[in-house]
Amino acid sequence: MPDPLRSVAFDGVGKSYPKGVRAVDGVSLEIAGGSFVALVGASGSGKSTLLKMVNRLIEPSAGRVTIDGIPVDAEPPHLLRRRIGYVFQNVGLFPHLTVGENVAIGLKLAGARDRSARVAELLRLVDLPEAMAARMPDALSGGQRQRVGVARALATSPKLLLMDEPFGALDPVTRDALGKAIRALHEAMDLTTILVTHDMAEALLLADRILVMEAGRLVGDASPRDLLAGKGGAAADALVAVPREQAERLAALAR
Amino acid sequence: MTAAFARVPELLAQHLLLAFAALLLGIAISLPLAVLSARHRGVARLALGLASLIQTIPSLALLALFYPLLLSLSALVGGGIPALGFLPSLLALTLYALLPILRNAVTGLVTLDPAVREAADGVGMTRWQTLRLVEAPLVAPMVMAGIRTAAVWTIGAATLSTTVGQPSLGDLIFAGLQTQNWALVLAGCIAAAALALAVDALLGLAEWGIAHRRRALVWLSLGLLAAAALTALAPALPGPRGVVTIGAKGFSEQYILARLIGARLEAAGYTVRYREGLGSGVAYGALASDAIDVYVDYSGTIWTNQMHRSDVPPRAAIVRGVADWAKRTNDVTLLGTLGFENAYAFVMRGDDARRRGIATIADLAREAPSLKLATDIEFLERSEWKAVQRAYGLRFAEAHPYQPTFMYRALTSGTADVIPAFSSDGRIAAQDLAVLQDPKGAIPGYDAVLLVAPRRADDRRFQAALRPLIGAIPVERMREANYLVDRDADKQSPDAAARWLAARLGR
Ligand SMILES: Nc1ncnc2c1ncn2[C@@H]1O[C@H](COP(=O)(O)OP(=O)(O)OP(=O)(O)O)[C@@H](O)[C@H]1O
Ligand SMILES: [Mg+2]
Repeated sequence: MPDPLRSVAFDGVGKSYPKGVRAVDGVSLEIAGGSFVALVGASGSGKSTLLKMVNRLIEPSAGRVTIDGIPVDAEPPHLLRRRIGYVFQNVGLFPHLTVGENVAIGLKLAGARDRSARVAELLRLVDLPEAMAARMPDALSGGQRQRVGVARALATSPKLLLMDEPFGALDPVTRDALGKAIRALHEAMDLTTILVTHDMAEALLLADRILVMEAGRLVGDASPRDLLAGKGGAAADALVAVPREQAERLAALAR
Repeated sequence: MTAAFARVPELLAQHLLLAFAALLLGIAISLPLAVLSARHRGVARLALGLASLIQTIPSLALLALFYPLLLSLSALVGGGIPALGFLPSLLALTLYALLPILRNAVTGLVTLDPAVREAADGVGMTRWQTLRLVEAPLVAPMVMAGIRTAAVWTIGAATLSTTVGQPSLGDLIFAGLQTQNWALVLAGCIAAAALALAVDALLGLAEWGIAHRRRALVWLSLGLLAAAALTALAPALPGPRGVVTIGAKGFSEQYILARLIGARLEAAGYTVRYREGLGSGVAYGALASDAIDVYVDYSGTIWTNQMHRSDVPPRAAIVRGVADWAKRTNDVTLLGTLGFENAYAFVMRGDDARRRGIATIADLAREAPSLKLATDIEFLERSEWKAVQRAYGLRFAEAHPYQPTFMYRALTSGTADVIPAFSSDGRIAAQDLAVLQDPKGAIPGYDAVLLVAPRRADDRRFQAALRPLIGAIPVERMREANYLVDRDADKQSPDAAARWLAARLGR
């Protein structure tokens, strides 16, 4: 059996809601193990819906999702989710637990005994002081909270990391630093990472491959280099135009 | 005042047990219901709707409703379900405790930050783990607040359980209200309020402990509450073998006679307990079901209310009829008559009756359309009233029910012109009231009779202790004893009046 690198495949996947809303509409796609994929698109284009069908927070109404060739619904959802890291915009730290207990929750569910050493290691990994383990979440800044959220997601050493706008509410500097940290973790831990983001510049700088969604459909799929070269299709070009133009204006100002 | 507090420890213990039992049952029902409600809108609407509806029923009515309910349920399953005492009180109070706990728990669950739930799902918690590790601890402070509200409500409403024969601090309040012994009323109120405040404070401590992650505090406060419950349980535990429960309805004569009976039984070596303030309809049922061992009722009351007879034979025939019927239907023993009658009698101010030339109910019927009637709380619903109306065609300008004590006030102050009094009432002679004759014999005889529960039917020692009371209380004596308690100046306690009466038993 090959090393589980967590390749993810979507096969004709769709999700429609009662009032005729088609959040995701016939998406077929393969994500190779070990790749860093960014999922971009306008608000409401179906990015979150597609991502959540991987860890079954949303069940598809058509098609199927497989991980390493095994359908995600082959086991109870909570067992699947314990092997997948998940970080989302609101973080959802448990307010009644300390930072340390938050990070260790996955280990606790798995029945691990001595969790404090692992918590210290994880906090170090996301650049937080070990002493922070004793604090309550409401005594942290937004950026620190996001880092704790990442540490919690990585606690059980998943091979697949799903991130839904994890940097959404952060200032540009923190955002940049966290982005770099995630990319470094991706390399170090040999992860398969799927990152949902609004920010095309961020996607271009962090990912190996960029998927563009529009109205529930996949309308672009290219490497950052190809995308910049205009080979990603019309929708992708429109999204790339924004950071490109900003970069040009900044360059002009500096001159 | 210290005498008033003498019975507080015993009643406090009963009160506490009842309220705690109702609270625990309420928690046990409302928490799972809240979890279900948070997941299904339909359940939430139904559960909260019902709980709110129950809350709109006055607590006294809710308690009263359980009596016929349990009675018919018991008849349905062939008996064995007590319709009086602890069970109906527990059920009514439990229903009362539901709403605040349910509402707070449901509100807490549905307003929980959805991100926290998403995170719980995301890290791979099962539904049960989410409930245990995330939802429960986050909603706990709110649930605790609901439990505190419920605790205060139940402790307050438990005072009303006196009316269905469950001893509580309400015994003091009702007895005090009846005999105008305000020290007794105050003692009951203070004890109930102190209990509510103490429980609320301890639960508040637990709530604070939960919110601030101080486990030791939570265990301390809950431990203290458990210890209080255990202490309260201790005296209730010893088997009921040697313990006699004496019943009394809610008026002075009944309180006095209960004490008189109690003193005799104590002298005979029994441990005595009282259940006072029983509703008139409730008392006989309590005796028939062995919830009380002995009490005094009146032949005419059983004749009309229990036997549903509307004919009015002579006094002795009624007593005989009641004795036969009670033995046959409920195995209740009529030990004998006490020697006096306490019939309903229409009474007016003496001077007023003379001025209007009214000496009989027939005379009264003539003048009634311009007169005002004040009654006790149940009279207008009683069959005696209907019988009198049928016989004489009585129609009053107005008819208002009062507490018996206030009924006399209404008459003497002129607010009312006529009252249905009790012929053994001491105030009749003391306040120069005129008793109207009943020439058509519409009102049956009301001989005071000593009734004994089925389980004492063969208890020789028990009956021997009571037999000296048979025929030993002439009506004048009873009136005097009643007046000791009912008069406004130099009031005596029912205990003192009972001692006075015991010293003057005559045959
Ligand atoms: N529970 C639901 N019921 C009905 N429609 C829904 C539901 N959840 C999502 N949708 C719709 O599905 C579409 C896709 O939503 P989704 O959250 O996947 O978008 P998104 O690309 O993540 O947007 P954003 O960038 O704003 O997060 C939207 O039109 C949304 O309104
Ligand atoms: Mg989204």
